[in-house]
Amino acid sequence: MTSINDPKPESFQLSQLINDTRYRSYTFQFVALIVLFFLVGYLYLNLVENLRTAGLDISYEFLGEPAGYDINQRLVEYNSQSSHWRASVVGVLNTLLVAFVGCILATIFGVTAGVLRLSNNWIVAKLMAVYVEIFRNVPVLIWILIINAIFLIALPQPKAFKSRGGNPPEAEMLWDSFAFTGRGIYAPKPVFETGSWVVVVVFILSIIGMFAYRRYTKLALYAHGRDLPRGWPSLAILFVPAILVYFVMGSPIGLEYPELKGFNFKGGIWARGSFVALTFALAIYTGAFIAENVRAGILAISKGQTEAAAALGIRPGRIMSLVILPQALRVIIPPMISNFLNLTKNSSLAIAVGYMDITGTLGGITLNQTGRAIEAILLLMAFYLAISLGISAIMNVYNNSIKLKER
Amino acid sequence: MSDQSIAFVRHETLPPSPPPASETGIVKWMRENLFSSVTNSILTLAALYGIYSILSGSMPWILGGIWQAPSLQACREILAGDSAGCFAVLTERWHQLIFGFKYPQEAYWRPTLAFVLLIVAVAPVLFANLPRRMLILTGLYPFIGFWLIWGGTIMAPLMGLVGFIVAYMVFQRLERSSFAMGALGGLVAAIIFWTLGGYVSDAMSGFLALEQIPSRDMGGFMLNIILGTVCVSLSLPIGILLALGRQSNMPIIKIICVVFIEFIRGVPLITLLFVANVVLAYFLPPGTTFDLILRVIIMITMFSSAYIAEVIRGGLAALPRGQYEAGDSLGLDYAQSMRLIILPQALKISIPGIVNVAVGLFKDTTLVSVISMFDLVGMIRGPILASTEWNGVYWELFGFASLLFFIICYGISQYSQWLERQLATDHR
Amino acid sequence: MKKSVIIGALTVAGLAASAAVAGTMDDVKARGKLNCGVTTGLVGFAAPDANGEWQGFDVGVCRAVAAAVLGDPKAVEFVPTTGKTRFTALASGEIDMLARNTTWTFSRDVDLKFEFTGINYYDGQGFMVPKDLGVGSAKDLDGATVCIQTGTTTELNLADFFRSNNISYEPVPIETNAEAQQQYLAGACDVYTTDASGLAATRATFEDPSAHVVLPEIVSKEPLGPLVRHGDNNWGDVVRWSLNALIAAEELGVTSANIAELSAAATNNPEVNRLLGTEGNLGEMLGLDAEWAKRAIMAGGNYGELFEKNIGENTPIGLARGLNAQWKNGGLIYTPPFR
Repeated sequence: MTSINDPKPESFQLSQLINDTRYRSYTFQFVALIVLFFLVGYLYLNLVENLRTAGLDISYEFLGEPAGYDINQRLVEYNSQSSHWRASVVGVLNTLLVAFVGCILATIFGVTAGVLRLSNNWIVAKLMAVYVEIFRNVPVLIWILIINAIFLIALPQPKAFKSRGGNPPEAEMLWDSFAFTGRGIYAPKPVFETGSWVVVVVFILSIIGMFAYRRYTKLALYAHGRDLPRGWPSLAILFVPAILVYFVMGSPIGLEYPELKGFNFKGGIWARGSFVALTFALAIYTGAFIAENVRAGILAISKGQTEAAAALGIRPGRIMSLVILPQALRVIIPPMISNFLNLTKNSSLAIAVGYMDITGTLGGITLNQTGRAIEAILLLMAFYLAISLGISAIMNVYNNSIKLKER
Repeated sequence: MSDQSIAFVRHETLPPSPPPASETGIVKWMRENLFSSVTNSILTLAALYGIYSILSGSMPWILGGIWQAPSLQACREILAGDSAGCFAVLTERWHQLIFGFKYPQEAYWRPTLAFVLLIVAVAPVLFANLPRRMLILTGLYPFIGFWLIWGGTIMAPLMGLVGFIVAYMVFQRLERSSFAMGALGGLVAAIIFWTLGGYVSDAMSGFLALEQIPSRDMGGFMLNIILGTVCVSLSLPIGILLALGRQSNMPIIKIICVVFIEFIRGVPLITLLFVANVVLAYFLPPGTTFDLILRVIIMITMFSSAYIAEVIRGGLAALPRGQYEAGDSLGLDYAQSMRLIILPQALKISIPGIVNVAVGLFKDTTLVSVISMFDLVGMIRGPILASTEWNGVYWELFGFASLLFFIICYGISQYSQWLERQLATDHR
Repeated sequence: MKKSVIIGALTVAGLAASAAVAGTMDDVKARGKLNCGVTTGLVGFAAPDANGEWQGFDVGVCRAVAAAVLGDPKAVEFVPTTGKTRFTALASGEIDMLARNTTWTFSRDVDLKFEFTGINYYDGQGFMVPKDLGVGSAKDLDGATVCIQTGTTTELNLADFFRSNNISYEPVPIETNAEAQQQYLAGACDVYTTDASGLAATRATFEDPSAHVVLPEIVSKEPLGPLVRHGDNNWGDVVRWSLNALIAAEELGVTSANIAELSAAATNNPEVNRLLGTEGNLGEMLGLDAEWAKRAIMAGGNYGELFEKNIGENTPIGLARGLNAQWKNGGLIYTPPFR
C-alpha cells in the first residue's frame, strides 16, 4: 500500500531551487543580484584602473574654483570670478526658466490647436492638422535650428532702429516702448519709487476683493436666485482703487523704457533672442503633441455631453470650456505631464542656439575647461533625474486630485 | 369656338427643380464649413491670408531655385541678386547627405539594396494580409543587411544565423524539462557555436566577401536609418523583458527594472550620448577600442528599451485579469502562459504605442550630430556648412533634412493610425 | 563591509592583469593605422573635402606622423572630436594623438596629464566687426554683443580681457563656426571672436569680405600644437620629432620637390644628412628606421609647404606667415637641432 504523504521539510533537494516554483523565484533573484553585483564591480574596477593609468582622479573640487567665463543670462548674481558651482546654478535656473515658460506656451499652443482642429471651420481644422503633422514629424533639433534662424532673419537688429545720414530708421519701436529685435524682445520695466508699496498693497487687496465679490455673486445666485452682474464690477474692483491710489500717491510707479544706446538697447526688461527662439521652438514642437492629446481627450467625451449642454441652451464656446474640457482634462493630463517632461529634457539642446542652460554651463564650458567629464556628466544626469522625478511627483498629486471619484 | 376655360390638370410630375444656389454644391459647403458664423468667417479669412502670405513668400524662392552650380558664389552669380533657393548644394552634395562623406562611392548600391530589402522584410510584419512565407526573409534580413552594409565575408553573418538556429534547436530539446533550462542551454550552445564559428569565418575571410567598411565611415541619412532600425529592433526584446520584470512579483528583479526604466526615462538622450562619447570609455577594460557608433547604439538601445517597456507595460495592464487566470487554470507555467496567452495579446494592443516610440527615436537619432557624428544633421552642420563652397547655405539644407524626416515619420505615423483602426474591434 | 572586501580583491586582480600595457607605438604598428583626433570641420586646419578626404594643416601633421611610423601617409583614421570630447578621446586611448587646434596651457599639460609635443601654429584671439560699425579698437566695444565659438580657451580670454579693461559685454556662446558665422552675419552679434586664424578663414568665405575688419588687438596667446598622453615618452618623442622634422626641413631647404635628390646620397650638409637618414642613426634612436623623416616630409611637404598649401596667402584663408615664419625670417618657428 502506498499512501500520499506531505513531502517532509527536510527532503529539500538542490533541484528544487530551479524546479520548485516556491524556491525558484529566490534562485532567480539571487542570480540576478550576483550578476548585477559583478557587472557593477567590473565597471567600477575598469574605471579605477583607467583613471589610474591616465593619472586622473574623481574629485568635485573643481566646482569651487573660479569659472572664468561669463554667462549672458543670469538670474542670480554671477561674474567670471564666481565658482563653477555658481555657474551650474545659473545654468539650472536658466533650464528651469525655459522649461517653465515653454510648458505654459506649449499648453496654450496645444490646447488652441487641439480645439481648433475639431472646429467646424474646414480650413482652420485642416491648417491645424498640417501644423500638428509638420511639427510632430520633424526632429526637434532641426526645428530649434530653423526657428532660431527665422528669428535671426525676420526680426531687425538694433542698428536698424538707428537713423543714419538723415534716412529714417528701417525699423521702429512699437508704441515707443517695445522693440522686437533679433537679439531679443525689449519691453518697459516698472520702476518702483517710494510710496509705491501702497499701490501694490491696494492692488493685492483689490484682487482679494474681486474674488470675494465673485464668490458673493455665486452664493447669491445659488441661495437666493439673484443673478448679479459679474463682469464689469470685477474689473472695477480690480482697477479703480489701485488707479485712484496711484494718482493720490503722486504716480510712484514709473516705467523705464528701453532705449538704443551704443550697440544695444539699454533699460527695460529684456528676453534674449536665444531664450525666445528656444522657448518658442520647444513650445511649438511640444504644442503639436499636446494638441493631439487634447483632441483625443475631447473625442473621448461622448457626443451626448455636447448635445445635452446645447439642449440646456449653453453657447458653443461655453460648452467647450464648462462641459467638455473639464471632463476631457482627466484624459488629457497624464500624457500632458509626459510632454512637459519631454520639453524639459529637450531643453538640453539649448546649446544649439547658444542659450546657456545647465548643459551649456556645467555640461559645456565647465566640462571643456576643467576636463572633468565623468563628474560633470554625472552631476548633469542627477539634475535632470531630480527634475523629472520632481515634476512627475507633483503632477501625480494633481492628477490624483482631479481623478474621477468612484464610489 | 367658344371661350371656355379648360381646367388645367398636369399629367406628369414636375421635374425636381435644383435647390437654391446657396444650398448646393460648393456654395453650401463653403457656407457650412467656412462662413457659418462671423467668427468663423474671420478665422477663414485670416487662415487664407496666412496661407497666401506663406506661399507667396516661399513659392518664388522654391520655384526659382538653382539646381546646378559648383558653389554658393557661383550660385549667387547665376541668381544675380534675385532671391531664390540655391538647391545646387543638394545635387552637389547629394551623396554626402545620404551616405556620409567616407562611404566608398562604388559601394553605394549596398546600403540602397539593404534599404529596399528592409522595406520588403518589414512589410509582412506590418501588414498581416501579406503571405506569411515572407516572414522567412524578415528572419534572414538582419544577417543580409549586416553583410550588405558592413561587408566582409558572408561567413560571419551566416555563422551568426546558424548559431541562432542551433540555439533554437537546443532550446526545443531542453524545453521539456523547464523553460529556464531551455533558455540557458540555448544561450550556452549559441555562445559555443559563435566562438567556433568565429574561427571558421576568420579562416574563410575571402569567401563571398564584400569590401569591409568600418562603421566609422557611415554617415548621412543612412546613419539615421541604421541607428533607428537597429536600436528599435534591439530594444524590442529588451523592452519586453523589462516590462515583464517590472510586473514580476520578485521584489529584487522588480526593483532593478524600475530603477533602470525610471533612470533612463528621467534623463535626456543627449546626456546618455555624452556618456557614450565621453564617459563610457572609462568603464571599459583598458585598451579596448570600442567603436563610437557601437557605443551610441548601446546607449540609444537602452534609451528606447525603457520607453518601449513602459508601452508594453501599458499593454500588459490593459489585458483583463481573466486572461492571466485562464493561463494559470490551464496549468501553464509562467513562461508558457506569457508566451502563448499574455504577450501575443499585450503586444498586439501596444503596437501603436511602439510605433510612436519608434518614430520619436528615429527623430532623436539626429542628436548624434551633437557628439561629432556625421549623420544628416551632422553632415550639414559640419563638413558642408564649414566648406568654403557652401558656407552660408542654410534654408535649403535644413528644408531638405526636414522633408526627408517628414516623409518617413509621417508615413510611419499614418501606418500606425491605420493599424489602430484595424485593431479597433469594439463597435462605437 | 563584505562588498568593499570583494571589490578590493577584484581591484588587486585588475591591477595585476593590466600591468603590461603595450606602448602606443606598438599599438599603432600592430593596428596599421594611426588614430588621429581632429576637429569636426575647420577649413584650412582639418575638414573633409567634397570627396570625403580630410584636408588641412593639422591633418598634414597627422599624415606626417603616420608616414614616419607606418610608412604610409594614408594610414590615418581621422576621428572627429568636439571641444568636449577631445580630451576624453585622448585620455581613454580612443585616439593616439590629438591635432585639433588645441591651445597649450598649464592646466591641460599638468592637470589633465597631456604632453604637448610642440607648436605648429602660433595663434591669438582676435575680433572681427563689420566695417560700418566704425569700431577701431576692441576697447571701443563697451556694451557690444559678442559671438564666441566655445570649446576652447576663447571664453576665458574674452572674460579676462573685458574684465581687465573694465568694460561690459554680452556673450553669445555658439558651438560651431558655421552657426556663429550665421549669427554674426545676421547681425545678432556686433563682434565675432575666435582665434585670428579662424577669423581669417571665416571672413574669406563671406559674400563680401571687405565689409568686415579684424581688429588690431590680439587678446591672448594661443600656441596650438599636437598632443599625446602623459607617460608614453617614446610615442611623445615620435610625434614631437615628426613635427620638428617638418620644421627643420623648411629651415634646411628640403622640400618635397628636392627631397628625393637630397636623400639619394649624403650631401655636403651634415644636418640634412642626419635628418634624412643618410648619416647617423637618429631614426634608430626613435625606434624607427632611417628614412622616417624623409617619409614624414614627403607626406605633404615641409612645414612651409603645408602652410602655403592649406592656409597660406594663395588659399581662400589667406593667412600671412607672421609669427609662424621661420626664426631666421623673424618668426617663432624654431626647432631644436637634429643631432
